Amino acid sequence: MEWVDVLRLFDSTLRLATPLLLACLAGLFSERAGIFDIGLEGKMLAAAFASAAVAAWAAAPALENPFPGEISGLGLGWTAALLGVLAGLAASMLLSLLHGLASITLRGNQLISGVAINFLAAGLTVLIAQDLFSRGGQTPQLTGGARFTEITLPLAETLRGIPFIGPLYADVLSGHVIFIYIALLAVPVSWWILFRTRFGLRLRAVGENPGAVDTAGISVTRQRYAAVLICGVLCGLAGAYLSMGTSAAGFGRDMTAGRGFIALAALIFAKWRPWSALGACLLFGLLQAISGYYPKIDLGIFVIPSDFMEALPYILTVVILAGFVGKATPPKAGGVPYVKER
Amino acid sequence: MVDTLTNEGRPAAAASPPPAIELSGISKAFGPVQANKDIALNVAKGTIHGIVGENGAGKSTLMSILYGFYKADKGEIKINGVPTEINNSDDAIAAGIGMVHQHFMLVQPFTVLENVILGAEDGALLKPSLAKARSALVQLAKDYELEVDPDAIVGELAVGFQQRVEILKALYRSADILILDEPTGVLTPAEADHLFRILEGLKAQGKTIILITHKLREIMAITDTVSVMRRGEMTATVKTSETSPSELAELMVGRRVLLQVDKTPASPGETLMEVRNLSVIGDNGVPRLKSISFDLRAGEILGVAGVAGNGQSALLEVLGGIEAASEGSVTLKGQPLDLSHAQTAGLRREKGIGHVPEDRHRLGLIMPYQAWENACFGYHDAPEFQRSFGLIDNRAMLTDARGKMDRFDIRPQDPNLKAANFSGGNQQKIVLAREIERNPDVLLIGQPTRGVDIGAIEFIHQQIVALRDQGKAILLVSVELEEILALSDRIIVMFDGKISGERLPEQTDENDLGLLMAGIDPRESAA
Amino acid sequence: MNTLPKWIDIVLIPFLTLFLAFFVSGLVVVAIGENPIRAMQIMINGALGSDYGIGYTLFYTTNFIFTGLAVAIAFHAALFNIGGEGQAALGGVGVAIVALSLDGTHWLITFPLAILSAFVFGALWALIPAFLQARRGSHIVITTIMFNYIAAKLLGYLLNGPLKKPAWQAPETRRFEDGAQIPFMKDIGEWVGLEITRTPLNISFFVALICCYLVWLLIWRSRFGYELRAFGHSENAAVYAGISPFRITMITMILSGGLAGMMALNTVMGEQQKLVLDHVQGAGFVGIAVALMGRSHPIGVLLAAVLFGILYQGGTELAFEMDISRDMIITIQALVILFMGALENLVRYPVENTYMRMLRGSG
Repeated sequence: MEWVDVLRLFDSTLRLATPLLLACLAGLFSERAGIFDIGLEGKMLAAAFASAAVAAWAAAPALENPFPGEISGLGLGWTAALLGVLAGLAASMLLSLLHGLASITLRGNQLISGVAINFLAAGLTVLIAQDLFSRGGQTPQLTGGARFTEITLPLAETLRGIPFIGPLYADVLSGHVIFIYIALLAVPVSWWILFRTRFGLRLRAVGENPGAVDTAGISVTRQRYAAVLICGVLCGLAGAYLSMGTSAAGFGRDMTAGRGFIALAALIFAKWRPWSALGACLLFGLLQAISGYYPKIDLGIFVIPSDFMEALPYILTVVILAGFVGKATPPKAGGVPYVKER
Repeated sequence: MVDTLTNEGRPAAAASPPPAIELSGISKAFGPVQANKDIALNVAKGTIHGIVGENGAGKSTLMSILYGFYKADKGEIKINGVPTEINNSDDAIAAGIGMVHQHFMLVQPFTVLENVILGAEDGALLKPSLAKARSALVQLAKDYELEVDPDAIVGELAVGFQQRVEILKALYRSADILILDEPTGVLTPAEADHLFRILEGLKAQGKTIILITHKLREIMAITDTVSVMRRGEMTATVKTSETSPSELAELMVGRRVLLQVDKTPASPGETLMEVRNLSVIGDNGVPRLKSISFDLRAGEILGVAGVAGNGQSALLEVLGGIEAASEGSVTLKGQPLDLSHAQTAGLRREKGIGHVPEDRHRLGLIMPYQAWENACFGYHDAPEFQRSFGLIDNRAMLTDARGKMDRFDIRPQDPNLKAANFSGGNQQKIVLAREIERNPDVLLIGQPTRGVDIGAIEFIHQQIVALRDQGKAILLVSVELEEILALSDRIIVMFDGKISGERLPEQTDENDLGLLMAGIDPRESAA
Repeated sequence: MNTLPKWIDIVLIPFLTLFLAFFVSGLVVVAIGENPIRAMQIMINGALGSDYGIGYTLFYTTNFIFTGLAVAIAFHAALFNIGGEGQAALGGVGVAIVALSLDGTHWLITFPLAILSAFVFGALWALIPAFLQARRGSHIVITTIMFNYIAAKLLGYLLNGPLKKPAWQAPETRRFEDGAQIPFMKDIGEWVGLEITRTPLNISFFVALICCYLVWLLIWRSRFGYELRAFGHSENAAVYAGISPFRITMITMILSGGLAGMMALNTVMGEQQKLVLDHVQGAGFVGIAVALMGRSHPIGVLLAAVLFGILYQGGTELAFEMDISRDMIITIQALVILFMGALENLVRYPVENTYMRMLRGSG
């Protein structure tokens, strides 16, 4: 394998790891507070749709008399993309609130609520997309102000000459859309919030023993809602990235393709810790990058079919869950609604 | 005569300070259950006030209302003479009330410091709060004999130390009134004495203490006044110096109680079970049982005393076929048992070992199952309940359950009622009936009367003795020393996964056993 | 406190909850600018207005009975099998292999073997997640979802390779010959002298009904069912009673996966008479809604499956007549899962409070 290929593989790993990482950190906040969230997938999907739809609409020119099928929009420039992200965050947070209502206020089954949210997002996104754009459940291709452009990090060209580190900086780390840097930054920030602030202390406490938090005079409900909303924000970013920051440049049916579940597997693999989550997501990203780069592997006597390579990330998720997790202890109060005991 | 101090009866000296706590007309219902009925209570400042009552008498509910966990339907709370609205724990803390819960409200993976500051942080960042708490803990340790390593992980601390953290939490929030709910249930007698010294110290500093317990010995030892609750009502408040345990017991139950069990001396027969060097290692790799050896003979009750968590549960689980042993052997009537696998409870039952588990909610019963389904749980594969094609004979199970409910006086006598809807005593009788009527050679019994009302306790004790008199071997695990002393023909004491000593009941007392429970054998050290 | 009378618990609350789910679905229809009342009329008319509509409705119902029972039986053991979709997909492979190799014989030979094969293939696909859950503690929800994706890829590989019809563009098998043609309702009608319009409704429907009865027998009348429910309520208590969690988990998932696999009888042998890529069409997921709505009781599952059959057939008509895509059905399904499975207390709390207040008022 050439050095250039390695760089390209790493570059691609970073792109593919980003939505996983954002979703994984989202799950981290939620599950650390004792709320299981199998609905990361649905929240990402809803955000991907909402941001693409709003961005497309905001960027489209205002028309006097649009033809059927044509959209009359706001004709905005780069602010269209920003509006799109905000819409994505709003959609994701709305579903988070629904999950909160079910699992915190109404003490319902958190697994089932998550599953329902996934289906709800799968159904509603296509339904509304069809209603708005009549393109078989897709949004229009995002162009111009509705897209995010890649950022070249400072001194990328200057440093390229340095052996090894230079190309890594210039070709792998530099030249991505902002989401990737947000995701990378979210790791230390999450760690700091969880382990160095009052908010984080209470959040972790509520996931381990909500009774201790309640008797300390803090509202368990408020603390858990806060966690669930943070989860919504991060899932929203992940979704917005998928539809606005990647080459997809638009929303398509089921475009999350199980990333929400893989993020959950990464979370378990990372044992609910932010830095380990980064490692786990990079690993899963690398696996996806490899299967994307080598659709068919010819072993001489036998060709590994492309279907197998496409299934590889899912297979490896199972393998990692089965074999390498060891004894992962989830937050003790996870999945259990808090009821004051009698 | 009991000198009952009511609100009116208390001398209204103008100069004396208002009582620390004054409750009047407190009522609270959960659905159709009236947990507290029109309760009045005065607790004078700087005293230790006991509250006794049976399970379900409403003690915990009352204290939960005082601590803002529940809101009373009716009634008034005055703290230091000031009417106070307590809507949540925050209000209670602000009013200077602290509580040490029966099940500690601690975050196990957190350090002591983190637990202490939780909810009482000084700002958005943890660092300054932790530093402040660290110096405060040093001071509190000095003042009240409350030494704990501030950086220790709470989950790794011994139970007694965890309790200190709970007390420290309350004191760090400058509580003037401290409520302790059944604080000695998990302590050795020595640890309990240490706790009482701490409480005396707190009292000397002017703090007011409420002690909820069902152990009359503790009430007599440390309280100044005591209130008795029965069926949600406050039946009496008396000065401790003017009452006696038997009088309190009578007030609790509403009738005269036999504190003794009638039993004839045992006539032990052949050895039914031989346990040799039995060891169990827990899931986390920590040894739970360390090389235990003893014999169990027909026609005897072998009591296993000890503070909860010293290996008794592991002993019951490995003998009952729930856990595997890591080492050692057990023979039953000369035949060795296969101890190498966990989850072999079915085989143990076939061999004639019955098991009344320590925790009937977690193990002994399926709460949503009806009584008839529970009455054969674990024996559901017995031939009389089978039909062809792997089907079971529900009718046979129902008939069997009716018989058991009749013979054990289980009420209500409705086999179709879910286990969850029976009282603790009747739930326990379902388990007991099921295990006893299978006629086991050896019966393992854990905490037979935990959460059981006094009336049912007498019945259960009689059943256990009757079974012994039929020549069965009984291994009785209990954290209640009184129960161990009253029932056992022989006693072993467990400490830290080992047997710390063996005694005959007539040659020992609570002090002697208490020392053994702390791992100290007074007879050895004297020798 | 569990003191509500039975009729409130098992009739009133589910009914009100379901009503709420459909009410919100109506709001969604309004939101996309259509008339929900008219939509409902079209759906009911399309699903029940003719024997053609009823035939299709019951055809879909058959799918949902299988997948609903699959989810329900796992629910009783506190296992959440979201893998019905993949298990049904693999069940299709089982059906196709039997049909393709034996379609020179007679359906009386092919069909029973196809039932067995569908069951075995579906069961095998559930077996790995079951084993990983029982032995390694891998979360069965995540593993079964992963197995859905893997199943889709596997099916794609098989239909583009070994099972593909030679010299044919589309990824599908060849059509089954006469020996694998199972009786359709039209044929069965003719046997007893009834004139029935030809629809895909076939003999699998009766197999599904029999499965309802067998599952009921298994859960409430068999020793295994007694143990399975005990395990579902409390794993610790089950171990205390000598019940092996490993055994229960494995057998339950075998039965669950097998039932999901049997769904393929209806779609592969009944509807398509060949194996196509997406023969499951989300029915595995509908099973979750059906099980929740039917409260995991076979009779409830049957009723819920009929309701979803109406929704699916009616939804097809709706897509023709109004500008509402089939995704509306997924949305309704999601709302049913949400309200029946996670938001039940939205109805239960007020009902309980009202009942308690009435009780106190009268007593």
